[in-house]
Amino acid sequence: MHLATYLGLLQTSLRTLAGAFREVASGHGDEPDVRRTCEVLASRIDGQAEKLAPVVDRYGEHREAEPERLHAAEFEQTRTGGVGLLRDLQDLYALSSFTDITWTVVGQAAQGLRDQELIDVVNACEQDTARQLAWLKTRIKQGAPQALIAARD
Amino acid sequence: MFRSNEGGYRPEVDRIADIWGSRTPHGRGTRWPVRVDQRLADGVEESDVDRWVQSACVLCSNGCGCDIAVRDGRIVGVRGRADDIVNRGRLGPKGLHGSWQAHGKDRLTTPLIRRDGELRETDWDTAMSAIVRRSQDLLADTGPLSHGFYTSGQLFLEEYYTLGVIGKAGIGTPHMDGNTRLCTATAAAALKESFGSDGQPACHADIDLCDALFLYGHNMAATQTVMWARVLDRLEGPGRPRLVVVDPRRTPTAEAADVHLAPLPGTNQALLNGLVREVVERGWFDREYVDRHTLGFEELKATVAPYTPERVAEICRVSPADLVRAAEIFGTSDRVLSTVLQGFYQSHQATAASCQVNNLHLLRGQIGRPGSGVLQMNGQPTAQNTRECGADGDLPGFRNWDNPEHVEELARLWNVDPLTIPHWAPPTHAMQIWRYAEQGSIRFLWISATNPAVSLPELARVREILRREDLFVVAQDAFRTETTELADVVLPAALWGEKQGTFTNLSRVVHLSEQAVEPPAGARSDLDIFLDYASRMGFRDRAGDPLIKWKDAEGAFDAWRECSRGRPCDYSELSYERLRGGSGIPWGGERLYADGVFPTAAEYCEDYGHDLLTGASTTPADYRARRPDGRAFLKAAEYTPAREQPDDEYPLLCTTGRSVYHFHTRTKTRRAPELQKAAPDPWVELSPADADELGLGEGDVVRVESRRGSVEVPVHIGRCRDGVAFLPFHYGFQAANELTATEWDPVSKQPLFKISAVRIRRV
Ligand code: SF4
Repeated sequence: MHLATYLGLLQTSLRTLAGAFREVASGHGDEPDVRRTCEVLASRIDGQAEKLAPVVDRYGEHREAEPERLHAAEFEQTRTGGVGLLRDLQDLYALSSFTDITWTVVGQAAQGLRDQELIDVVNACEQDTARQLAWLKTRIKQGAPQALIAARD
Repeated sequence: MFRSNEGGYRPEVDRIADIWGSRTPHGRGTRWPVRVDQRLADGVEESDVDRWVQSACVLCSNGCGCDIAVRDGRIVGVRGRADDIVNRGRLGPKGLHGSWQAHGKDRLTTPLIRRDGELRETDWDTAMSAIVRRSQDLLADTGPLSHGFYTSGQLFLEEYYTLGVIGKAGIGTPHMDGNTRLCTATAAAALKESFGSDGQPACHADIDLCDALFLYGHNMAATQTVMWARVLDRLEGPGRPRLVVVDPRRTPTAEAADVHLAPLPGTNQALLNGLVREVVERGWFDREYVDRHTLGFEELKATVAPYTPERVAEICRVSPADLVRAAEIFGTSDRVLSTVLQGFYQSHQATAASCQVNNLHLLRGQIGRPGSGVLQMNGQPTAQNTRECGADGDLPGFRNWDNPEHVEELARLWNVDPLTIPHWAPPTHAMQIWRYAEQGSIRFLWISATNPAVSLPELARVREILRREDLFVVAQDAFRTETTELADVVLPAALWGEKQGTFTNLSRVVHLSEQAVEPPAGARSDLDIFLDYASRMGFRDRAGDPLIKWKDAEGAFDAWRECSRGRPCDYSELSYERLRGGSGIPWGGERLYADGVFPTAAEYCEDYGHDLLTGASTTPADYRARRPDGRAFLKAAEYTPAREQPDDEYPLLCTTGRSVYHFHTRTKTRRAPELQKAAPDPWVELSPADADELGLGEGDVVRVESRRGSVEVPVHIGRCRDGVAFLPFHYGFQAANELTATEWDPVSKQPLFKISAVRIRRV
């Protein structure tokens, strides 16, 4: 059964995502809304990982030998300026979408297995992932025209 | 002490000492008695007055109807209007002393222009040409996104609407906002989130009718003194309503309360979740109303479930018994009126907490009924109009920027290409406008009737932005201020009483303010300045006609009536003629939502709403899918701790606020000798226990310091709860905003003035 693999993948991507939100928060401290919201979202992702932990333990987290394609390290160097902020938020969007679809995959398996505990975890976390994506989209839309048309840096 | 006149009593007491004046107690449901307050310049008798000119006071959001006394072409005093529904003749200390005495002092009468680093006197043509040249160069070079407009909560409706059309259809920039962002953005946001549109549900008469009154972060006794006089008259009359006050300071307002809850700054959302939980758990809600008229009950119930009185007490440091008692008063009174102001609006989770007040009323169906309702208060006198007319980010007439139909409507009305009207993203809020200026992408900033160099957070940063070489700053004001000193062009403006226009108070009451006297030679009304700019810029509509088709205030008002037609703030039935004589008139009738139908239909609403935790916009598709169709939203959010917390280095939490004697940054009130004498200098207030621990006595001079900056002021031992310090925000020297942080609420974007970690040391 590959569910354990997927749970491992999900757990890793949550850790990566939380780390990435934190990197963007500290790298863009001059944008107080970005800093604050990224911090709030990061701590909520920690909460998701915590909720998931007992299920992961139960199935036994199984890390595939597959090459690891997710690196929080990539966020250590946040960019600067209006366009830099956009690019960083876009990277977060990509990472967050990946996590989102991973939740979906895990959720499908949970239904198939009638694993009520896992179904509850997925339900509880779904809204939060939607919230990350919605906020990123809102902030990207807000910043895009100024960054692409009027910014000087 | 009193002599009667045909309208009631005219107290001749010292209204600096006796702030609220003599009592005229009355019982529930009886008419608030008339009491006419008047103040004339020393040596001027009533018989000396040539004319009384109709107006309303512009020194707070109450909007008390008044008449301006004129003698020999000069303003010599004011008198409350007995037949006005807002004040029934009364005026407070600011209205009596502060509204008219500044007119003859220190006025700007010539435009100024910066040459070789110095502001020098110039003529209007030179000043306006310089503005237009810079504006046109930037439009050609970068386009509309290079322009920002930062206005006020103190101009008239006609001026805001004109500015709104210039910005949105002439220039086409989304970068427009007012200092209303600092004062009532959260009122607008909370009303939109819960009810689908801005607009105060309740009215002033609800004070006369309520059984319980809840003031959330609202020190009414200091901020709206005449409104508080109305409350005192109920408190001292038969059938006294119960009063609950939420404020970290034991203000005179709080002293009058049956229950005073003093939560730690930054914890309002936890407190309100606790109140909502009690009302739900104890079954004090109206199931039928909730089912028929609201959406989101189950989610709200689940969100508040963990906020037991014990848990809330621990987070907020209040007594659980007091919390339960407050909830019981809310849950069991027949008619509850709530007001909300800066203690919530300028705080952490501002919109979320203000929405919980709306929720409490929705849960009990206490809205739109006599004596029951919510006033999400305004601070400044004309803030409502900034919001209505599109001089802040919103589209005029409470239209929805995310609804293409609404943008079309405006494009048809103005006869412009819909693409001109910025609607591709949420409008740029003030804090972001300043950020773009800091980054050099906004290079033209026009500031009208406000003093951001004192009122914005983190003043060192604001000064730096205003001084930037690549930022062209226009400042339009009646006086030289901390802001005009940093501008490139300064335009001298006329004041209230020197121009005509209308404005709308905190309960939607519209007043006409007539021109009483001529402005000093050289000063022009803000409306004339905007019209001059529009004509010099040559803004045209699609037919090639001038975009702005009016030439005076009444013409602007009539254009606005058309713009507002069919929208929630419909002015089409109002006219200057109807507003003359008698009382001010509310738009939308006495109360909104008496039928339980809210403006949430997807095609009608002002906003599709946000996630309260992050400010993420709800998409049009998601909004429609919920099929609100006239039902209100019960929006929920958990409590999250504020970013700035007290620690070993900065152990106290500082909040900023108001003095009863001053308005805003004192440009007017410090020029009224009585008010200036009553509160000439800033101070810091501490609780007795904290002062004791720091070894400080009354009057000791201390340095109050945050991570951003510091002030040196004397200590006043008094009204704060332990752990909290208070600074008045009015003063341009030792300014409280040296300390505050650049941080804002995710939904309303209102800055968090109420929560800065500080340390205090004797100097
Ligand atoms: S309560 Fe407000 S509007 Fe009324 S007189 Fe006082 S300052 Fe003016």
